[in-house]
Amino acid sequence: MKAAVITFPGSNCDRDLARGFELAGADVVRVWHKDTDLPAGIDIVGVPGGFSYGDYLRCGAIAAQSPIGRAVRDFAGRGGHVIGICNGFQILTEMGLLPGALMRNASLKYICKPVTLRVATADSIYTSGYAKGDEVVFPIAHHDGNYTIDAEGLARLEGEDRVAFRYADNPNGSMADIAGVLSENRRVLGMMPHPERAVEQAQGGTDGVALFRALAGMMAGA
Amino acid sequence: MEEPKINPDLIAAHGLKPDEYDRILDIIGREPSFTELGIFSAMWNEHCSYKSSKKWLRTLHTTGPQVICGPGENAGVVDIGDGQAVVFKMESHNHPSYIEPHQGAATGVGGILRDVFTMGARPIAAMDALSFGLPSHPKTAHLVKGVVEGIGAYGNAFGVPNVGGEVRFHAAYNGNCLVNAFAAGLADADKIFYSAASGVGMPVVYLGAKTGRDGVGGATMASAEFDDTIEEKRPTVQVGDPFTEKCLLEACLELMASDSVISIQDMGAAGLTCSAVEMGDKGGLGIKLQLDAVPQREKNMTAYEMMLSESQERMLMVLKPEKEAEARAIFEKWDLDFAIVGETIAEDRFLILHGNEVKADLPLSKLSSSAPEYDRPWVETPAAKPFPGLPAITPIAALKALVGSPNHAHKGWVWEQYDTQVGADTVRRPGLGAGVVRVHGTEKALAFTSDVTPRYVRANPFEGGKQAVAEAWRNLTAVGATPLAATDNLNFGNPEKPEIMGQFVGAIKGIGEACRALDFPIVSGNVSLYNETDGTGILPTPTIGAVGLLATLDDLIAGAPGAGDQAVVIGETRGHLGQSALAYEAFGIEDGDAPPVDLATERRNGDFLRANRKLVKAASDLSDGGLALAAFEMAEAAGVGITLDAADIGFLFGEDQARYLVAVAATDLAALTAAAKTAGVPVALAGQFGGDTVKLGGDSASLAALRTLYRSAFAKAIEG
Repeated sequence: MKAAVITFPGSNCDRDLARGFELAGADVVRVWHKDTDLPAGIDIVGVPGGFSYGDYLRCGAIAAQSPIGRAVRDFAGRGGHVIGICNGFQILTEMGLLPGALMRNASLKYICKPVTLRVATADSIYTSGYAKGDEVVFPIAHHDGNYTIDAEGLARLEGEDRVAFRYADNPNGSMADIAGVLSENRRVLGMMPHPERAVEQAQGGTDGVALFRALAGMMAGA
Repeated sequence: MEEPKINPDLIAAHGLKPDEYDRILDIIGREPSFTELGIFSAMWNEHCSYKSSKKWLRTLHTTGPQVICGPGENAGVVDIGDGQAVVFKMESHNHPSYIEPHQGAATGVGGILRDVFTMGARPIAAMDALSFGLPSHPKTAHLVKGVVEGIGAYGNAFGVPNVGGEVRFHAAYNGNCLVNAFAAGLADADKIFYSAASGVGMPVVYLGAKTGRDGVGGATMASAEFDDTIEEKRPTVQVGDPFTEKCLLEACLELMASDSVISIQDMGAAGLTCSAVEMGDKGGLGIKLQLDAVPQREKNMTAYEMMLSESQERMLMVLKPEKEAEARAIFEKWDLDFAIVGETIAEDRFLILHGNEVKADLPLSKLSSSAPEYDRPWVETPAAKPFPGLPAITPIAALKALVGSPNHAHKGWVWEQYDTQVGADTVRRPGLGAGVVRVHGTEKALAFTSDVTPRYVRANPFEGGKQAVAEAWRNLTAVGATPLAATDNLNFGNPEKPEIMGQFVGAIKGIGEACRALDFPIVSGNVSLYNETDGTGILPTPTIGAVGLLATLDDLIAGAPGAGDQAVVIGETRGHLGQSALAYEAFGIEDGDAPPVDLATERRNGDFLRANRKLVKAASDLSDGGLALAAFEMAEAAGVGITLDAADIGFLFGEDQARYLVAVAATDLAALTAAAKTAGVPVALAGQFGGDTVKLGGDSASLAALRTLYRSAFAKAIEG
């Protein structure tokens, strides 16, 4: 499997995400934000956490308009797989690849801690390594992770089984405890928690391994 | 633009004493220009010149086989084997944080990160030691919220994990909070960058963000006491931009890898002035700057303003001339300013040109080497009042008084606002003793801690200074690390008062003695004096930040015990309650002497723990709050109960030094006891972990109830 990991100037989880892919056996190409095209032959694009362009405006708003942002949107439009974590999730919603928005945490504070999530669907390449209802612990680290969507949009997400993860104990005020959502074609995932911070015992847990392994495994067969 | 005329008021407004101004006249043989006066005031204020402290700082222990670079550069550099080095320092941003807590603290973090990456190291860990006034004081909640938010906003966006620190409250900080920021980075030992310029005619290059009027005179402000005009000082606080700092980090590391850099220095206090003088002075060269080339954020800036601006996220570099195109391309890639603003010159001159005018022409070497140095009068701190003893209290009531106090409550409210895991190498987050971060791509790890007990230092500066070092050394030991070296951030009141100077001298002597006895050199540091408001000084607070090495993660000792583990105290317990946390929190008693620190015993007991780490499942150092508090913290973290057999308050809450609490499997107890006997180390079985209650002698409470108190007390104190 070949993964492209985007680096915006303010990305700070790009190395960590690349390592998550690499530990699962994937090849990783690092892509600079000023590039206008994605490398050929990639199976998935990773949009990492961080503060893309400082996020002084609205998190991810400028990244969504960047040169590489357009290439990522085109890639997804052609049916490509894209995973956005934390700031990556914010960027994917700003691009319109995923519905809803990430508002300020209900506490109005940045929150960093390990949280327990429930796998809400196993019906995606990303969650296929888990069973529906499995509890996994991933760290969160964000100021704007309060997932918000209109009633109609929420009903659609629920009706189409597109909620990937839910918080067991909602830390940020997200609607319906939503921690991660899938696109209509189930090939784009956005999530606030960091699976790449849970891939080695030294980090305190390995619940993220199944996500990266499933990706590497299914892509290898593709 | 016409510069103001020099007069006694203007001189005083620059923080220069009349005799210091006479010294300037002696050096240059004429009246200085306004810009020159500004340059002298920037170089000679306490913050930049260390004029009150230099004499005593020289007495510290700063060398050892592990030390690659000791004090005097931007940060200390210590060998961690395999051709790698850890680069670290701690620095205060006290005065700005009191005036504008969010930006003051944020730029403190930014400054210390730049100190580390200007030496070629990628930051891998940060800590913050914070001291505030009482939660009931009207300013405290505002300061705590702002400082914590500012630290988080900067460090989280920059992308450095925050792995430790301290938060304390005491009335002595009501008018003067302390924000001490620590950062550590990782570099190749043979690729460290220093500030000394070399070669004549080499381009001096300005890197990073543009220069504005923010922070003009900041270092001078930070060297004065506060009074009721404090609100007028707000414009001297700088504004931080962590996004630009992150770009500057990446651009600088790329630049350094391209072999373009002769020397490099971040622009911190007194910005362009300090950094240019430092590079010239260390290299024995002069510097010529053409200010028209300085990237400016605002129109019509004067030479004075540009030389004294403390705009953030800027660096000054001496460049290999043949590398200009390559270096410029790197900064353009990161959308940062890159401007040649001057050159090195052979004469001993600091020559500042703006337009067609010479704005300053000073003998460069005199700016730092001829800075005033004072042997300030000092008096020995008198012996502390005898400890009166404590009123009767039951063990559980005593424990509740501690865990329900904001000083000893769980600090998650603070550090959950910091990214503690970015970089994906954090092995141990804040909360229990030292933080631990893996050395990326290896099985090695580094441990970080910051410690001081200011009440001890006030009662007995010498023993208190020793204790701060010993506690840091113990915290590193308790996670299984070998202590490597330390940085000191010395926060005191007005050094012109002999009793304050006496605290400073006593603490330095204690720190020096402890560092020598423990082979634990001080490799960097910072002095913050004049922490006074309306004549009232802070508690003397010499914060010790320290770093230890785990050669392999297998050496790591956990913090949380398991049910059934035996609770064993390493070291001798005598029940010293003078200056204890219990006396202060339960009864408001701040009498008695600090606990004495026997450094040979410290060393012996710590070495014993490290040598026997395989027999130990979890460990904690014993410090303020004593055995009972440490046992509760370990049990609470693990979600198990604890039974301590003793009911004696001195045994449970005494703060005798050189002690650890360890959790030992029942089957290993005999082996540990035998090893202790051989090593001549006292060990005592104090109880067991397990169950769901906390029992101290015959007194008990449910773990759940105590946990609720422990986990809510901090937020309650700050948010009501």
